[in-house]
Amino acid sequence: MPVDIDIAKVARLARLALDDEELERYRQQCEVVLEHAARVQALPTDGVPPTSHPLPRTNAFRDDVVTECLDREEVLSQAPERDGDYFLVPRILDEA
Amino acid sequence: MSDLADLTLAEASRGLRAREFTSVELLEAVHRRAAMTEANLHAYLTLDRDGAARAAVAADSAFKAGTDLGPLQGVPVALKDNMVTRGLETTCSSKILSGYEPPYDGTAVSRLRDGGAVIMGKTNLDEFAMGSSTENSAYGPTRNPWDPDRVPGGSSGGSAAAVAAGSAMVAYGSDTGGSIRQPAAMCGIVGLKPTYGLVSRYGLIAFASSLDQIGPLTRRVEDAVAALEVVGGHDPADSTSYPGPVPDYRSGLESGVSGLRVGVVTELNGEGIEPAVQEAVDRTIARLEAAGATIVPVSLPSLEYALSAYYLIAPAECSANLARFDGVRYGLRRLGENVEEMMSNTRAEGFGPEVTRRILLGTYALSAGYYDAFYGQAQRVRTLIIRDFQAAYEQADVLVSPTSPTTAFPVGERTADPLSMYLSDVCTIPSNMSGDPAISVPVGLDGAGLPIGFQVMAPALGEPVMVRVAAEVERLAGFDARARFASSEVQ
Amino acid sequence: MMAYEPVIGIETHVELTTASKMFCGCPVDFGAPPNTNVCPVCLGLPGALPVVNGTAVEYAMTIGLALNCDIAAHSVFARKNYFYPDMPKNYQISQFDEPLCVDGHLDIDTGDGPVPVGITRVHMEEDTGKSTHIGEGGRIHAATHSLIDFNRAGVPLMEIVSEPDIRSAEQARAFVTELREVVLRLGVSDAKLEEGSMRFDGNISLRPEGTEAFGTKVEIKNMNSIRSLQRALNHEIERQTALLEAGEAVVQETRHWNEETGTTSGMRSKEESFDYRYFPEPDLVPVAVDDEWRERVTARLPELPAQAYGRYLDMGLDGPVAAVISRDVEYGSVFEAAVAAGGTPQMVANWLTGEVTALLRRTESTLAESAINGTALAELSSMVADGTLSASAAKDVLAGVAAGEGTPDEVAASRDLIQVSDSAALEPIVDEVLAANAEAVEKLRAGDGKVVGFLIGQVMRATGGKADPGAVSEIIRSRAG
Ligand SMILES: [Zn+2]
Repeated sequence: MPVDIDIAKVARLARLALDDEELERYRQQCEVVLEHAARVQALPTDGVPPTSHPLPRTNAFRDDVVTECLDREEVLSQAPERDGDYFLVPRILDEA
Repeated sequence: MSDLADLTLAEASRGLRAREFTSVELLEAVHRRAAMTEANLHAYLTLDRDGAARAAVAADSAFKAGTDLGPLQGVPVALKDNMVTRGLETTCSSKILSGYEPPYDGTAVSRLRDGGAVIMGKTNLDEFAMGSSTENSAYGPTRNPWDPDRVPGGSSGGSAAAVAAGSAMVAYGSDTGGSIRQPAAMCGIVGLKPTYGLVSRYGLIAFASSLDQIGPLTRRVEDAVAALEVVGGHDPADSTSYPGPVPDYRSGLESGVSGLRVGVVTELNGEGIEPAVQEAVDRTIARLEAAGATIVPVSLPSLEYALSAYYLIAPAECSANLARFDGVRYGLRRLGENVEEMMSNTRAEGFGPEVTRRILLGTYALSAGYYDAFYGQAQRVRTLIIRDFQAAYEQADVLVSPTSPTTAFPVGERTADPLSMYLSDVCTIPSNMSGDPAISVPVGLDGAGLPIGFQVMAPALGEPVMVRVAAEVERLAGFDARARFASSEVQ
Repeated sequence: MMAYEPVIGIETHVELTTASKMFCGCPVDFGAPPNTNVCPVCLGLPGALPVVNGTAVEYAMTIGLALNCDIAAHSVFARKNYFYPDMPKNYQISQFDEPLCVDGHLDIDTGDGPVPVGITRVHMEEDTGKSTHIGEGGRIHAATHSLIDFNRAGVPLMEIVSEPDIRSAEQARAFVTELREVVLRLGVSDAKLEEGSMRFDGNISLRPEGTEAFGTKVEIKNMNSIRSLQRALNHEIERQTALLEAGEAVVQETRHWNEETGTTSGMRSKEESFDYRYFPEPDLVPVAVDDEWRERVTARLPELPAQAYGRYLDMGLDGPVAAVISRDVEYGSVFEAAVAAGGTPQMVANWLTGEVTALLRRTESTLAESAINGTALAELSSMVADGTLSASAAKDVLAGVAAGEGTPDEVAASRDLIQVSDSAALEPIVDEVLAANAEAVEKLRAGDGKVVGFLIGQVMRATGGKADPGAVSEIIRSRAG
């Protein structure tokens, strides 16, 4: 089953800055895998519910109790860039 | 006395308790072995010499004080580098986490520390556990101790190679589509993937959350059982953790297989399996029958689609799980004119080709207009696979197959063809899809002297019957990895 | 010219006042030093896993039940995927196709009787961190970089989505006001608009009056108060009406409300940023609510404004007074306490909606800030009823009570405002006044009843306003009779 991927759009969604040559290579490879994967569409699944958890379980809750937080210095020591007590990032173009 | 590094866990545990040697001596032996083998194998990314030495001293004092912390007390243990360790670099073999020192220990790691284990260091893996050869590591591949021109399997290739080489007595890995069992098979050791939820995933850097499971790699089945007992059991920090008590795996180890029904899975035997591998598997099945098991052929028709469904579900989950690596809070950052460019440059530079490929695949499979045909359909196929397994376990107590269709393949052979690499997980993926436990036991060598793994699968929480059969397989095969392996061979 | 009818739906986000976050044990307190209320889970560190706060689920059920929703027997969390630097995992754990609460309604009343506004769904999710934009006055587009504090990341957030049942900015105002009151009454959120613990987005389209089909929808963001919601919607109604009247099309887009200019403007957004790639959250298991659990939460629901309103009418209150008291938590609780302390409902209610409200407006304070409580109000109204205080003295006493000078009794005593109705005490004073106003007494005796008022006034002046006018009138009439 042929699969046609808009690889540039997918790469943008996934925040991967790939050049044209890389995009083309990944497009080809992904299409081969997806054509194999698309075989799942051959299996009739009418009325079959999807499984998102292998073992059925419900209601795993935690009590509303405050627990210890991390030490701020330990956290910020891993930051690629910080400004005082904050993580610093380059300018944000859009509001989410 | 023979080299302490060649002991099984059970032997080491007995020797330590009998004061035949100390944990410090055991650690020295294992470190000597690592010094001999690492240049060729590259099983480890990080060797924590100071931390291990402190842990060995502490274990010895505890022994002296009469404190018994369990079967791993004083034993050198290696951890796949996707298990977070406080203050000890944890990279997932990725450039994007280069230099990352987590501020916390995962649950399995805490339980190992509490159990007196001596954590040697962190082992190599395919980047973010994505791969079947440990070649997809940003820090270079791991080699197979049986033949350094060949891969050790993957993604827990570093853990498998370390145990096979004697540079760790026990190692832990993670299994998403066979990443414990397949390298164990290729390195001639035992690899156990527990029931999904039996070992907490808290602190395991996620690849595919609904498939990932931590498990041990050891030289013997009984060692795998002991190693599972230390880390298993409910953890409130993991909502998918199994809430019940850990079953008694040990009591059945000597019980044999008489009266048990062993199902041979039609779809995982024969076609596509290397003749030498299938012969060894058939020989093992015949021995089980001779030992009193009833052999029944069982068919799980949906397994034909398991690999396809897996290559939709795993990439989809991974595309979200790996979104957090964005250069904001930890790890690599590459500059950009704005935050979006920074993130995109960081991720393109930080992830290797296989990880990039899977993120792209998963992003596509979840995207608008394709979800239902790809991800949604794969999840429905998953339901059918689970139903097929349930039906099969009506007919058989355990199911068996080869662990991997081939023995260890040459380094570089499959790196250019992702699909051929993916096919090496065809026998192991079904148990991840169903969440059931499975174990690989070495049963012989092929013509090239490479180990062959035999897979025993069981229903959810069926570890007791699974290890009972596995122990019998081990006895019947008479495979002794130590006899085959000598450290000089890999030098 | 064609008349257009606005079609408005409102999406409200409410932060819950649980002790800990939605999926981890970090505290949710507002104003902690930056990046201190964080842990591996809410920072999205590799390997960390979420665990659902059971109390947050109950709070969400509480909101759903109060909004007359069905509580789903089975609901699931989902990952909503998009990249944003203050969202640690670059996906938000939310709910998608199986939310906890669906299909409810909230009644509003803007003076033309109750109007039901449908509630499509109430679902649980987590809040994001906070970005501060640095450079060029902190405006996002001109900023050079941003600083991120993850303290708010993971705070339990409820999303309440209304049906497009709202037909005017005034109804929208009534809807969010009522919703805020409900949430406050439930005690599950402090719903402070200024701190962002309650916020809303609107979507609005116009259609020719009398038609059914929806027009093109515009989303409006960044409305930080109920007043700005109303202004923004009115502005948008004008803008869209002008477009339609000029024969131009309304563009489907998200627009940003600017408080200073009083206008909305289109936001740059890329088409694929809306592909959220929702899928079930594999790290969390489904939430199953059985009848027993739902009934337990239902039984604990506090009384809601609409229910209180009905009960107040039954207690004999006037409609307008009952409406005011039932829609304000503070008024309601002071009223209930006053009645419990023996106050007459209508009297206490009149005090609350009359003099108390006027006093609070004068002093620019709230009922909670003042020292007025139910006991004080009951005492005050009974002192008026039994003649201990005159109506005017009671206002002075109220001011004293509000200022914290003590109980009504104490204030009346210390300000010397106790009304004198004891005839033994009043008679000598009345006699003095009569003696000094012989001319008036003559007129009274001649049958001119109008001078009674004048004489009472003289007695009041002589007593500094403390005499009970009724008692004084009686004594005067008996002396003149
Ligand atoms: Zn936290």
